[in-house]
Amino acid sequence: MTQSVPSVSVAPDGQPGNLMVDARSVQKHFGALQVLKGITLQVKPREVMCLVGPSGSGKSTFLRCINHLEKVTAGRLYVDGELVGYEERGHKLHELHPKRAAAQRRDIGMVFQRFNLFPHMNALDNVIEAPMMVKGEKKSAAIERGRALLDQVGLASKEKAYPAQLSGGQQQRVAIARALAMQPKLMLFDEPTSALDPELVGEVLDVMRNLASEGMTMIVVTHEMGFAREVGDHLVFMDAGVVVEAGPPREVLANPQHERTKAFLSKVL
Amino acid sequence: MATELEPPGTSVPPDDLIKAVPLRRPGRIVVAVVLVVLLALFIYGAATNSAYEWSTFGSYLFDQRISQAALITLELTVISMVIAVILGVFLAVMRMSDNPVLKSVAWLYLWIFRGTPIYVQLVFWGLITTIYKHIDLGVPFMVQFVHLDTGSWLTPFVMAFLGLGLNEAAYMAEIVRAGIGSVDEGQHEAAVALAMTWGQTMRRVVLPQAMRVIIPPTGNEVISMLKTTSLVIGVPYTADLYSVSRQIGGVLYRPIPLLLVASAWYLAITSVLMVGQYFLEKRYSRGASRVLTTKQLQALATAQSAGPADGGKA
Ligand SMILES: Nc1ncnc2c1ncn2[C@@H]1O[C@H](COP(=O)(O)OP(=O)(O)OP(=O)(O)O)[C@@H](O)[C@H]1O
Ligand SMILES: [Mg+2]
Repeated sequence: MTQSVPSVSVAPDGQPGNLMVDARSVQKHFGALQVLKGITLQVKPREVMCLVGPSGSGKSTFLRCINHLEKVTAGRLYVDGELVGYEERGHKLHELHPKRAAAQRRDIGMVFQRFNLFPHMNALDNVIEAPMMVKGEKKSAAIERGRALLDQVGLASKEKAYPAQLSGGQQQRVAIARALAMQPKLMLFDEPTSALDPELVGEVLDVMRNLASEGMTMIVVTHEMGFAREVGDHLVFMDAGVVVEAGPPREVLANPQHERTKAFLSKVL
Repeated sequence: MATELEPPGTSVPPDDLIKAVPLRRPGRIVVAVVLVVLLALFIYGAATNSAYEWSTFGSYLFDQRISQAALITLELTVISMVIAVILGVFLAVMRMSDNPVLKSVAWLYLWIFRGTPIYVQLVFWGLITTIYKHIDLGVPFMVQFVHLDTGSWLTPFVMAFLGLGLNEAAYMAEIVRAGIGSVDEGQHEAAVALAMTWGQTMRRVVLPQAMRVIIPPTGNEVISMLKTTSLVIGVPYTADLYSVSRQIGGVLYRPIPLLLVASAWYLAITSVLMVGQYFLEKRYSRGASRVLTTKQLQALATAQSAGPADGGKA
């Protein structure tokens, strides 16, 4: 699917390419309910941003806005210099055609709390499905890369297994391989270990740690503060739809400035 | 099974596989014996009762007129089910859309076609050429592109499968809707996040999973449709299995053996359809269960004994 002259809406005053994610006062309303109340944050390429906050604070909603699973209702959100979900012509925003929106998503991988593997396909088929359907890759090439990816997440021997026959940790690792198969430039993780038994958390975090060390740009919603401290370049604490505090993970964790951050951290640490 | 009374936890259980004596269920045996005796009595009675006229049954079972009529019944079933499935998918998608007009139209369709008896609908179809003498397509009151005399192409056969198919579509719509609704929303989301389009998501992710819920009731609908075709006499269309059997039986003054002939054919076709349904269900239940087939378990066991064990003893 080649796009005809993609009229990229470049961030007005920013230099595209400098920032992978550039959120400027992003708001999200569900009808009368305002869930995001002006999120401003930036992620550079190769950075890992960890997003923490209490339940209902809007972390998932923000991630879903980044790959346009939800429409931003105010503010501007740019990914790799391109406005997400809209096209700016003159002073008007025009909704993108679903095909254009899909094209934007191709470069963004997403990993869900509940894995969401396709249960009627085995592990390898899960991984090669999107490259074949969306990118039109040849089956042989897709299989070759799919096997390499399964190997990378330590599941080379499980390519024939169906999701129901895999443990939670294994399923989540297949889901990561599936997202990587699209060769994304940005990976979004929405509480990837929250549905896992404690002894399975480590194997998934290991895969993510490797990914970060290879230079993948990542936004990770997580309650694993150890991971945030060790791997994250930024820690962002969100509450009730606003960014309360942000900074290097060690500083925020050791010395939170805000009362709400202190209260939250005292509960999860 | 020497169970000495020992405090639990002190004895080490033997390592060999348990061979327990199966539980006896005397009630089951009694019920089974009674049923077998009753069945035997019934078969004996049927075989010796002259009203059934088994010799007539035998000579007409493979009569060419009968097998021809069975073929027509099968055709009616297949054509009307194809119409029903296609129209049913459209109606289901319409009912689930955000567009209130599409939704209401689908609802109205279901209300009418499920709310009136199929026999009445078939009789209506038979009268349609007197209700609508011709169909005109074009801009109302202005231009006319197409003019069709209904009588020329609405033969009783066409009216029969249209009547059956359009009625069945209402039921198929609900089955398809339940199937699509049974698929976890996260599936749709994962597909969209992988940049798949709506069509790809439906075709590759949602519908294959919905099939598991759609196929069993659809199989029942096919089998039920096979028998509902006997109502096309209401159109009236009289070349199907039931009508032809009645005609032959009427001419011979022997309705009973001919009804048995028709029943035998219906049963035979139903049995074939049931086998097909079994294989379809098996195909679409892939990955649905943790339970492995014997073959898969064997493969795993072989792999385990060959390589180093993954996590201790299994
Ligand atoms: N589709 C929707 N319609 C209406 N409200 C929604 C919708 N999705 C989310 N919300 C609301 O938005 C708020 C934020 O939800 P969100 O899922 O983003 O929180 P979260 O920070 O991810 O929480 P958790 O840690 O529990 O996952 C919640 O109050 C939720 O009820
Ligand atoms: Mg969430």
